[in-house]
Amino acid sequence: MTLRVYAILYLVFLYAPIVLLPIFAFNDATVIAFPLSGFTTEWFRAIPETPALIRSVQTSLVVAVSSALLATLLGLCTARAGARYAFPGKRPVTGFIMLPLVLPEIIVAVALLVVLLALGLPLGPWTVVLGHTLLCTPFAVAILGSSFNNFDPALEEASYDLGESRWATFRLVTLPLVMPGIVSSLLISFTISLDEFIIAFFLTGTEPTLPVYLWGQLRFPQKIPVVMALGTILVALSVLLLSVAELFRRRGLARTGAKDTGGFV
Amino acid sequence: MATTWTRFRRWTRSDSASGLLLVSPAALFALALLAVPLAAVVAFSFWSQDYLEIDRTFTWANYRAAVTEPIYRELMLRSVLISGAVTIATVVLAFPLAYFISFKVADRHKALWIFLVTIPFWTSYLIRAFLWKVILGFNGVLNTSLQTLGLIDEPLSFILYNPNAVVITLAHAFAPFAILPIFVSLERIDRSLLEAARDLGESRFGAFWRVTFPLALPGVVAAALIVFIPTIGDYVTPRLVGGPDGLMIANMIQTQFLRLNNAPMGATLAVIAMLVVSAISLVFVALSRRWSGPR
Repeated sequence: MTLRVYAILYLVFLYAPIVLLPIFAFNDATVIAFPLSGFTTEWFRAIPETPALIRSVQTSLVVAVSSALLATLLGLCTARAGARYAFPGKRPVTGFIMLPLVLPEIIVAVALLVVLLALGLPLGPWTVVLGHTLLCTPFAVAILGSSFNNFDPALEEASYDLGESRWATFRLVTLPLVMPGIVSSLLISFTISLDEFIIAFFLTGTEPTLPVYLWGQLRFPQKIPVVMALGTILVALSVLLLSVAELFRRRGLARTGAKDTGGFV
Repeated sequence: MATTWTRFRRWTRSDSASGLLLVSPAALFALALLAVPLAAVVAFSFWSQDYLEIDRTFTWANYRAAVTEPIYRELMLRSVLISGAVTIATVVLAFPLAYFISFKVADRHKALWIFLVTIPFWTSYLIRAFLWKVILGFNGVLNTSLQTLGLIDEPLSFILYNPNAVVITLAHAFAPFAILPIFVSLERIDRSLLEAARDLGESRFGAFWRVTFPLALPGVVAAALIVFIPTIGDYVTPRLVGGPDGLMIANMIQTQFLRLNNAPMGATLAVIAMLVVSAISLVFVALSRRWSGPR
């Protein structure tokens, strides 16, 4: 019983900041403090009227979609290799691919910046895509790895035995079974890239992504309510995407008949 | 020659060839964008900045500066202490929750609980850190609420723009990282072991302390590492809620790179941070192995 109370208090602690977000986004005051003064949608209406903000959203979307596609593609190959084949150096190689998961992000950001500076390459959205792909690949490998591990290799063998080619087997048997994992990996990678700040901060050049733009706005107190409004939209979007990702992950588990172990990571 | 060729042809159809071929895109990507850059950081740390040019003669000067100048030492030490405090707070707070989900929640609701715990993690970190500033501020949500309730007369000032605020904000941000590994290790525990312990006369606490906890220890160790390693390099939280006394090493690395235009010094601090993190993690793993091993 006390544990249940503790768990509920813990959830309150976890959700406290997120609950405040919409409250202040609709509050009719530029100062972010209680008591609330009134209801307004002014801050939401200000969003489409800020061209720099719109541009940063576009940059972020391009970066997030590209990173998600690249990371999922790399993750697909790696997860497949890890689940089906034994090859020399398997552990160190996959360990190395998973390394960005445990490296402090600032180290990844600094390392990429140093190389780009040394090569004299210009910074821009594409350099952020490289950094984000590096960061998202381990998540893609983890998600897709469990998809590949969960389905019975006998299904593929049966397909070979019944005369299908390797490619046809992949397309007709393997792909449909790991499809939920692929969707889930795309969504998770997209969400990570959309939210990521520090790598983007170092590598973005003159076209800021959304979090980098927001960071610049946090210095101006009068801009904060608009940031709150935008944050509300972002949080709602993230929750939606994650719910869809979770739905697909569960459907994938149901399809392969595996037991639900819960969670993405 | 022909035999080598046929052997090669046979090898290309083998498991190891297929595996290597499939793993190579991601491996090459990580090699080009992680291994090479990390090597470059190490190289930069031995060079020096000569106005706009990089002087590529080997020097220990950056390391000497990092060790002797009090500001760098202070920031590094503070980063370790703050990260350590965050790790302890996060893991200690997470364990009961993970235990609750694993042992008290019905199987069909477990995935939902884990999902609930992970959602906040996926919402913009930047905005969450900023919201803690709003909550903990002088005129913040916490102070105004406590004043309205009449619990305090003066706003509490020890909760913003200092290391405490950094610890609270980071402990919140990394909560799911601690809960998940502990939960996974608790889930793996064979429940009949606990019944056996109770049947053999252990108290409920004894069974927990001598069976559950040691078996959950790998998860606790993993949780501690997963929280400790990234927090030491955190930039956003110290900058937003830390104030001058709450800044950490990542803030200095960023200043060296983007403000002072001294990439070699920044690289040196990054290398030192990596070395410190690795050293502490290795010692921690070794200690935990020793402690849980021979019993």
